[in-house]
Amino acid sequence: MRKQAAPDSAAATVTLRVFRFHPEAAASPRYQDYRVPAAPGMTVLEALVCIKEHLDATLAYRSSCRMGICGSCGMFVNGFPRLACQTQVQTLGSLVQVGPLPNYPVIRDVVPDLEPMVTHHAAVRPFIIRDEREQEPPTTEYLQTPGELEAYLQFAYCIKCGLCLAACPTVATDPAFTGPQALAQAYRYSADSRDWGFTARRAAVDHPHGLWRCHLAGACTEACPKGVDPALAIQLLKRLALAAALGMGRRRPAPLAPPPVAVQRRPDIPAPPPPIVGASPAADPT
Amino acid sequence: MGESRWWLISLAAAALMVVLLTIHMGLMHLTGLLRATGVDLGDVRSFAEVTARGRSVTQLVFYLLLLAAALYHGLYGLRSVLLEVTPPRGQGLISGLVLLAGLVAFAYGAYVTVRTFTG
Repeated sequence: MRKQAAPDSAAATVTLRVFRFHPEAAASPRYQDYRVPAAPGMTVLEALVCIKEHLDATLAYRSSCRMGICGSCGMFVNGFPRLACQTQVQTLGSLVQVGPLPNYPVIRDVVPDLEPMVTHHAAVRPFIIRDEREQEPPTTEYLQTPGELEAYLQFAYCIKCGLCLAACPTVATDPAFTGPQALAQAYRYSADSRDWGFTARRAAVDHPHGLWRCHLAGACTEACPKGVDPALAIQLLKRLALAAALGMGRRRPAPLAPPPVAVQRRPDIPAPPPPIVGASPAADPT
Repeated sequence: MGESRWWLISLAAAALMVVLLTIHMGLMHLTGLLRATGVDLGDVRSFAEVTARGRSVTQLVFYLLLLAAALYHGLYGLRSVLLEVTPPRGQGLISGLVLLAGLVAFAYGAYVTVRTFTG
């Protein structure tokens, strides 16, 4: 069945072949064609919005920011995992096939269930771990050099869109594989000079379905829309794990900045509010 | 023990095999090449030579090490391949079977080597 939007004289028309699947209706998956006027610069997400507004209100997709920041609109576009909001229709030819990301359960149409990625991500403890009370409540700052920042900065750009898992051939064959997103984030925090948590994180990555299951296909890096390079992060994580296995590579975590001395607050700058985490009940203003 | 440690042992076994296999190939199978370089080891594969070498402690330790390294490295690789194509529920069984195969193979190889040593 083919539906066509109102023609725009200034725009070429492309056909979007969209994956349709409604589990609650117990219907088998199918593809449906829609003809959409594609103006220069129009993205796949805008084409889907056009379909939903003018052709088929039952189409389900996920999106939010429309600018490649939130990672919501990951889809399988012409056989490659991409952000729909960052992919222009006119670069894809006259037929654009849009499906849900592979390697995930499908909720409906092109909406994947990202729960497997989120579960693995949470398991690697993606936060700075230190065995001290300084984090709650903080009294000063951790010192970090620009070089120490560079060590992990690239891997901190992950927007958790899940495209890397959709591209990964190992995820396709091993559902228990930790996956490039979580492994890259495990490295991102372990490489952070402020962190002292690789020992705590190691159990979540150093197992038969963890970092050694990666065969360096590099598909995750190719698919990543933010240049994170998860494949590189995994290789660096292997190096960390081997160093830990040999009892090497321990480093002292970043020191605390000394508290300010003889500094007076400018009268036009208000004082910060009292801490709400870790504060003693006596200090509770309520 | 994390997977990294097993992988590290596999890497060490590979490094050990590079040395031991080079010596084995040189002394057993490349004698013609050695002869060309002026080193004549004689007929190293004759019965008398083989049994005489088999009674040396050096030979015993050398081949037990080569056997252990080759078995560990090869079977660790086999396990990795098998885990790729096995559902998660059967993976403990796969690791167990590979370990058992390795132990049986090592026991048999060690038996032959030790029997040769003791005559």
